[in-house]
Amino acid sequence: MADVQTLNTVAVGIDPAAGQLSGPRGAKPRRVLSRRNIFLYGTLIVVAVYYLIPLYVMIVTSLKGMPEIRLGNIFSPPVEITFEPWVKAWATACTGLNCDGLSRGFWNSVQITVPSVIFSIAVASVNGYALANWRFKGADTFFTILIVGAFIPYQVMIYPIVILLREMGLYGTLWGLVIVHSIFGMPILTLLFRNYFSSVPEELFKAARVDGAGFWRIYFVIMLPMALPIFVVAIILQITGIWNDFLFGVIYTKPDTYPMTVQLNNIVNSVQGVKEYNVNMAATILTGLVPLIVYFVSGKLFVRGIAAGAVKG
Amino acid sequence: MSISGTTTRRPSQLFRNLNAKIASLPMILTALVVFLGGTAWTIVYSFTNSKLLPRLKFVGLDQYERLWSQSRWFTSIENLLVYGVLSLIFSLVIGFILAALLDQKIRFESVFRTIFLYPFALSFVVTGLTWQWILNPDFGVQHIVRSLGWESFNFNPLYDQQIVIYGILIAGLWQGTGLIMCLMLAGLRGIDEDIWKAARVDGIPTWKTYLFIVIPMMRPVFITTLVIIASGIVRLYDLVVAQTSGGPGGASEVPAKYVYDYMFLAQNLGQGFAASTMMLLSVAIIVVPWAYLEFGGKKRG
Repeated sequence: MADVQTLNTVAVGIDPAAGQLSGPRGAKPRRVLSRRNIFLYGTLIVVAVYYLIPLYVMIVTSLKGMPEIRLGNIFSPPVEITFEPWVKAWATACTGLNCDGLSRGFWNSVQITVPSVIFSIAVASVNGYALANWRFKGADTFFTILIVGAFIPYQVMIYPIVILLREMGLYGTLWGLVIVHSIFGMPILTLLFRNYFSSVPEELFKAARVDGAGFWRIYFVIMLPMALPIFVVAIILQITGIWNDFLFGVIYTKPDTYPMTVQLNNIVNSVQGVKEYNVNMAATILTGLVPLIVYFVSGKLFVRGIAAGAVKG
Repeated sequence: MSISGTTTRRPSQLFRNLNAKIASLPMILTALVVFLGGTAWTIVYSFTNSKLLPRLKFVGLDQYERLWSQSRWFTSIENLLVYGVLSLIFSLVIGFILAALLDQKIRFESVFRTIFLYPFALSFVVTGLTWQWILNPDFGVQHIVRSLGWESFNFNPLYDQQIVIYGILIAGLWQGTGLIMCLMLAGLRGIDEDIWKAARVDGIPTWKTYLFIVIPMMRPVFITTLVIIASGIVRLYDLVVAQTSGGPGGASEVPAKYVYDYMFLAQNLGQGFAASTMMLLSVAIIVVPWAYLEFGGKKRG
């Protein structure tokens, strides 16, 4: 009975916005339009609007023509929707002498992200597994150094890595950058996998040992299939992290192989020519699209990933 | 058979768990060569007068003296302090309030959470460029408020040396508070429901319960969050490069940019090394006491 009443109040909805969003959950109904609820949802909606404005402005600007931008207001919706800025941002925007748009950066970023994600996770999961199940002498020391190292500012280590990569002949190459991403992703990922594998019942591992399975066999046949959820979390963490990287991209690649973020910055902040804000915004959205899609598709897993990475890191 | 064979013979220590050791080589190399070795290398070379190439000609504290006599370095430090302190305070306060609001058993919680957190998925470059556009004096917020009739309205942080760092702070907070909210929410969810019931029975007002009971109980969460924010602040780089490129007139320079510029653009490696060592030092001042409290105690206890 009480529930029907609440539903009615919601349906009538004196204030449409608050009526739609408020209302008690669970067994004990409260007044829908209490002062508390108005304050609560009012605040949340205002803050949500604030968080959404930049995204809205980006989209709206990218769909306008330049004359309209010069006259109008960045918040007003486009009078005449044009996709030309998007095409230009993708295919013909210039960075330096190259005029083939962000598509170059996009494919570079794909080429960087895919092997980096696979390589870094492969290495870190085996590390975590070795740390959790095959404790050898000194393992904990290395692990502690690794975790403490996660707090060292990158700036302290970038130049020694330049030298190392140069010695290996990898400086400026794609694989050089893959190694760099694997190195700096290692602390958090290793921690993630170590904690996960530690929570696997020890008996399982021992039983496999008794049956004669070795290091790799236990990893591939028992641990790997069980750890799929944590692999998904790690993949989400790494895709967004590596795609969004700017510093390593700028240091360890050459202009031809710049990742998308670096190229975007060069396009937008180039001092030559007339500023085309609509093209810039289209390019900005394009660059943010991959992590945004990952974020919206993965939802809760993304939250779990950053929480696992952050709280324990 | 084979297992009992290996355990009775006990071959040399080095070959025990050989596969595990081989598999851990990347970790061992990263920890020893890159993290320890790299850091030590940079510190050692910060005492040399390396220019274009690193070389071992020691000059004592010269690089540091030069560093601390640069007005650009002072600006960088000052900016980082302002940005750091304010972003620490604001992101903790805003993050906690948002988490507390979301924790009221509200409807559409996941929708709100998704909205508050999505900026965190975006890179600093994207964030910086977006806010560069919103804060653009000729088209953005200032222009709009003026065209609404408030002609004298002045809000032009990206071209005003005095307040440029606040323009960056706005963008940084927009990007980062969602994460803090998530951490705080996790902390709030970890608090026993009975605490709330007890407080309600005793007739303690909600805000008092938060301030005097819940927040003290969330101390570990706050400390961890603090460390995360702090270690992120020191790395502040992409956002500044994208949003202002350090301008106007170098007013929004930050230490990480100083390091990059001296190492890779000005070809004055020694300065870069000295500056990065100073960054390391400032992180150590924050992290070492925390690590000591957090992990040092646990091991002994």
